[in-house]
Amino acid sequence: MSATFVGMPAFPAAAREALADTQLRRNLAHATGTIRAKRAAVVGEVAEWEELRLAGAAIKDNTLRRLDEHLLTLEAALRAGGATVHWARDAREACDIVARIAKDHDVDEVVKVKSMATQEIGLNEALADHGVTAWETDLAELIVQLGDDLPSHILVPAIHRNRAEIREIFRREMAAAGRPAPDGLTDDPAELAGAARLHLREKFLRAKMAVSGANFAVAESGTLVVVESEGNGRMCLTLPEVLVSVVGIEKIVPTWSDLDVFLQLLPRSSTGERMNPYTSTWSGVTPGDGPQELHVVLLDNGRTRALADEVGRQALRCIRCSACLNVCPVYERTGGHAYGSVYPGPIGAILNPLLKGVGVDEQTDSLPYASSLCGACFDACPVRIDIPEVLVHLRSQVVDAHRGGPPKPEAVAMKSASWVLSDARRLGPAQRGLGVANRVLTRFGRRVLPGGRRGVSRLPWPGSVWTNARDLPAPPRESFRAWWRREKR
Amino acid sequence: MKVAVLVTCINDSLFPDTGKAVFRLLRRLGVDADFPEAQTCCGQPMVNTGYLDEAVPVVRTFARAFEGYDYIVTPSGSCAGSARHQHGLVARRAGDPRLAESGPKVRELSEFLVDVLGVTDVNAYFPHRVTYHPTCHSLRMLGVADKPVRLLRNVRGLDLVELPAAEECCGFGGTFAVKNAETSTAMGADKARHVLGTGAEVLVAGDNSCLLHIGGLLSRQRSGVRVLHMADVLASTEEDA
Repeated sequence: MSATFVGMPAFPAAAREALADTQLRRNLAHATGTIRAKRAAVVGEVAEWEELRLAGAAIKDNTLRRLDEHLLTLEAALRAGGATVHWARDAREACDIVARIAKDHDVDEVVKVKSMATQEIGLNEALADHGVTAWETDLAELIVQLGDDLPSHILVPAIHRNRAEIREIFRREMAAAGRPAPDGLTDDPAELAGAARLHLREKFLRAKMAVSGANFAVAESGTLVVVESEGNGRMCLTLPEVLVSVVGIEKIVPTWSDLDVFLQLLPRSSTGERMNPYTSTWSGVTPGDGPQELHVVLLDNGRTRALADEVGRQALRCIRCSACLNVCPVYERTGGHAYGSVYPGPIGAILNPLLKGVGVDEQTDSLPYASSLCGACFDACPVRIDIPEVLVHLRSQVVDAHRGGPPKPEAVAMKSASWVLSDARRLGPAQRGLGVANRVLTRFGRRVLPGGRRGVSRLPWPGSVWTNARDLPAPPRESFRAWWRREKR
Repeated sequence: MKVAVLVTCINDSLFPDTGKAVFRLLRRLGVDADFPEAQTCCGQPMVNTGYLDEAVPVVRTFARAFEGYDYIVTPSGSCAGSARHQHGLVARRAGDPRLAESGPKVRELSEFLVDVLGVTDVNAYFPHRVTYHPTCHSLRMLGVADKPVRLLRNVRGLDLVELPAAEECCGFGGTFAVKNAETSTAMGADKARHVLGTGAEVLVAGDNSCLLHIGGLLSRQRSGVRVLHMADVLASTEEDA
């Protein structure tokens, strides 16, 4: 189980593979369609939804503006409650801290609450290198882990799997990881959940150490918050003796009244529920109740880099609800793996470049272009992240990072277009060239478009990128501006 | 009221009939609009692909061409969105706030007709079964809401059928259509399927760029559905029929 996203191809190539996976396309269209409808219904019943969005965005922006102060408040409150606070600059430091705690307690396995931050830093793989097995206990994460697969959605990591595939994974893989799947397991959802419950109970009762993330960290009281649906997270948070929580530094909210806003925004945006089934909160150690040793790893890993970007910093408002994935027409067709990261979809297309920086690897640089800029994500975002604005901003960073290097065909095309379109006296002659193309095409072109206009079905490269799938109308005999001139109006 | 028409580079070069239709329609409604000949393009292809330096001279040409007009009317939700929401970005890059001065005066055609002229019946005649695709930038960037549909409903002879999943992007997305051609096509294929399901003879939208994409797919399928800009429909009268 060493699945990572390292070495993924750039988005267009990865998307090509995904688009040809018929089972994936069917699963995704069905699953995103269902969540989309649920979300729309429960958001629609909140009259002040727009005010809640504005409040959520404002709280996050204000907090980020004074993040240093809020972090110190959080650290002090956590320490006062008996927690040990660690600071990690990057993935390596965070993983080393968790591994060291595991070694100190001489454990060879940990149970995990579903957590994006620990996936981001590749914690499971790092722990495996230290001889520690990390068991995912969220049902969908369990499916992904048993299948030696990668998550493809923030909230529903196994969204690309249907129940027949899940049954097969359980039957094939559960035995090697602990309690085997019951004999005669069918693909009935209740039976599948039952098999997972039996398999996981063993692990909950045996584990000495748990690892979690946190949806929120309330600074004033040093309280961590995990929001979930299954209750498996709460098992991890309460049964083991040692609990380590890896928390991105942007997860902070100053007060409990700030938290209130997000607990309204999150479930409606993510699962399409009015309220999530389990909200666990813990403030330090309570003697005789729950874990008696508590560690909190505050993680940067690129967040301060994102914070320094004046346009991009709004991405740090993200509460990982995945509403943007569910409404994205690109995500719906390619799925999450094409984005090559634990953060897929529209938010991944901005978050990955912001955390990692652009101009370094082709895969990351391809992500801001993995969008038609349709804007559905911005409309759905509960904290009003203007994802299209950030995408365009990051595209300019990608282009700027490659200026001065060997010119790409695209850059040459853009420079030429810019030269022609900067002066109408250049555009006119260029359009007369199109008029010549018209005479050639109307004489020799065979394609007649619906409605009668002449067109072309096959052009040499680079026009072939368009005509591989789409006809193109022949240019007109006369441009609009030539007609305007001729009419002398 | 001094009104100019931003015909847009794509209409100017590929769909001149749409530009002519806008002038015919405005004249019928008593608006004597200009075509400032210095105009070229709003700069969106460069901005949205990340080429801000390359967008600067194009947007400067735009700002100069449209200086001094009260309204700039355009048959494109996307170009209107670009001028209104992105010229500020280009102006900041150039360090010249004058580049963003014309942008706020741009109105997409349906906005100009309904909000500025206060008209929803333009006295048009178009006896065909039509479905309407609300383009993403007109819908989500400009917020034109149901203005185009209100205009189309008042066209005599026009049988408007609702498009399923209408608000979902067609997959054009400017250079997205070539940089991610396969995903773009997959999105367009679903849009074309929904269009065909309506039984409409004509697909109407407010952006010829999106129609170039959807129309290209519909044509490749030999579907028998043609695409037409909203301006061409609204300009049609009984004499044209």
